[in-house]
Amino acid sequence: MTANAARRPDRGLAPTGRRSQVMFGAAGLGLFLALWQAIVVVGGYPPFILPPPGAVMGRLVTGWADGTIAPHALRTLIEVALGFGVGAAAALVVGYLLARSAFVERLVSPYIVAAQATPILALAPILTLWFGPGLTSKVVICALIVFFPIAISTMVGIRSVDAGLLELGRSLRATRRQVLTTLEIPAALPSIFGGLRVGVTLAVVGAIVGEWAGADQGLGLLINLARGSLFDIPLLFATLVTIALLGVALYVVVVLVERLLLRAR
Amino acid sequence: MIGDRHGPGGRAADRHVTAQRTAAAPGGGRIALHGVNVSFPAAGRQRVVAVDAVDLDVEAGQIVSIIGPNGGGKSTLLRVIAGLLRPDHGEALLDGQPIRGPDPRVSLVFQEPRLLPWRSAARNVAYPMELAGWDRARRDARVTELVRVVGLAGAEDRIPAELSGGMRQRAALARALALEPRVLLLDEPFSALDALTRERFNVELLGLWGRTHPTVVVVTHSIQEAIFLGDRVVVLGGRPGRVVADLPIQLPRPRTLGQLDDAVVSAAAHEIRAHLDQSVAS
Repeated sequence: MTANAARRPDRGLAPTGRRSQVMFGAAGLGLFLALWQAIVVVGGYPPFILPPPGAVMGRLVTGWADGTIAPHALRTLIEVALGFGVGAAAALVVGYLLARSAFVERLVSPYIVAAQATPILALAPILTLWFGPGLTSKVVICALIVFFPIAISTMVGIRSVDAGLLELGRSLRATRRQVLTTLEIPAALPSIFGGLRVGVTLAVVGAIVGEWAGADQGLGLLINLARGSLFDIPLLFATLVTIALLGVALYVVVVLVERLLLRAR
Repeated sequence: MIGDRHGPGGRAADRHVTAQRTAAAPGGGRIALHGVNVSFPAAGRQRVVAVDAVDLDVEAGQIVSIIGPNGGGKSTLLRVIAGLLRPDHGEALLDGQPIRGPDPRVSLVFQEPRLLPWRSAARNVAYPMELAGWDRARRDARVTELVRVVGLAGAEDRIPAELSGGMRQRAALARALALEPRVLLLDEPFSALDALTRERFNVELLGLWGRTHPTVVVVTHSIQEAIFLGDRVVVLGGRPGRVVADLPIQLPRPRTLGQLDDAVVSAAAHEIRAHLDQSVAS
């Protein structure tokens, strides 16, 4: 039974590593808040330019408690989830085709690169014009913005599959489907998740940009409201914090799914 | 040391030879290559001919060593037999039937272990059975048996990165034996191992061969290894590669490392070297 003693090294965090990580994280946050407070005090900025961290945290709590932020956050979350899902699914398929078909690559890649080079900020008003100020335009914008990094990382990942392993698969008469599920996907998984990590944070950006261009709900709209008609600058900052936390939470979800899938290979 | 056939250095290689063969034992397949020519596309319009007009017959259960200089087409021939390469001219037959592609009766061990790096050794060994659609219980039973047979016991849960080079090649060998091939093709399988480990692996390989008597074609750079393993040693030479010699090795089986000091071995080695030198010179 010595075999079971020989565990795989560090797949996941060792307990000591996790504790020190949490400590470092807390220390970093404390330092950030202290620096923020110091800038407010030293610079002597009024709250409508840069509110102190205490005021922002207070507004964040009341904003969530009195239902000012929650419906907007939920709406943005839905936009991000749908847009990311649609964009990632399309990108995985196109990325695979780009890797495996020279014809597809020649045909499609110029448009993909050109679309990526066009600022989403410029596209957002047009897409809002076409799809209306509702959910659809945000989903389209999110899907567009996540597409590129995921498609490219999928292409790179699939191309990096060891030719020797593919020859092994061929010698064992693996079907196309078996090659995909047992060789290509497992081998490309780390690279694909690199793209998904980037993509999920961009999806949040996409939703906010889309909401800026015209929306009936969402955190992007709330920023506009807090800055304009409400003139509630602490709420503006509290919304920014909410957006950042949303991005971090989604990123963590992607990382956890990645770990799960890597272990399941 | 000459004549020291069963001295301290000698180990019983084919200790399973006399063991009763199970009903499932598949025995070996018969290989026949007739006028085989294989070429590859090269820079410009030209094609480079790797092997030309190769005739090679391997009887069922025989072990044939192929030796020759780099770029002599040894691996190419193995890939033709494995069904991974189609000859441009000539025919390749397995048990009298043309080889049209990879065949479950034929198994190839590559120069590198080519293990799936994310899978444990046991799951690598199970891989061909998974692809072939075996159910879990049948796979597990076969893996347990193979792990024991190739000496992987205790390391089956480790991933390749945690295995030594030797253990990796054991796993690759177990994987190649998974579907009970009738033909086992080995492409310089132990060339990455140190000389002592390599000798031991060769002894063990003959032991494995003794269990089911598959037909074995082994490509090697080592004259000693070629002689120790083979019933015959085929020398490939020239460009494109052709068969320049086909020598029977009159060493009784079961073979032991002690036999390497035999006069038969040194005579065969001398002859092989002469053929190799000649083919390089021409």
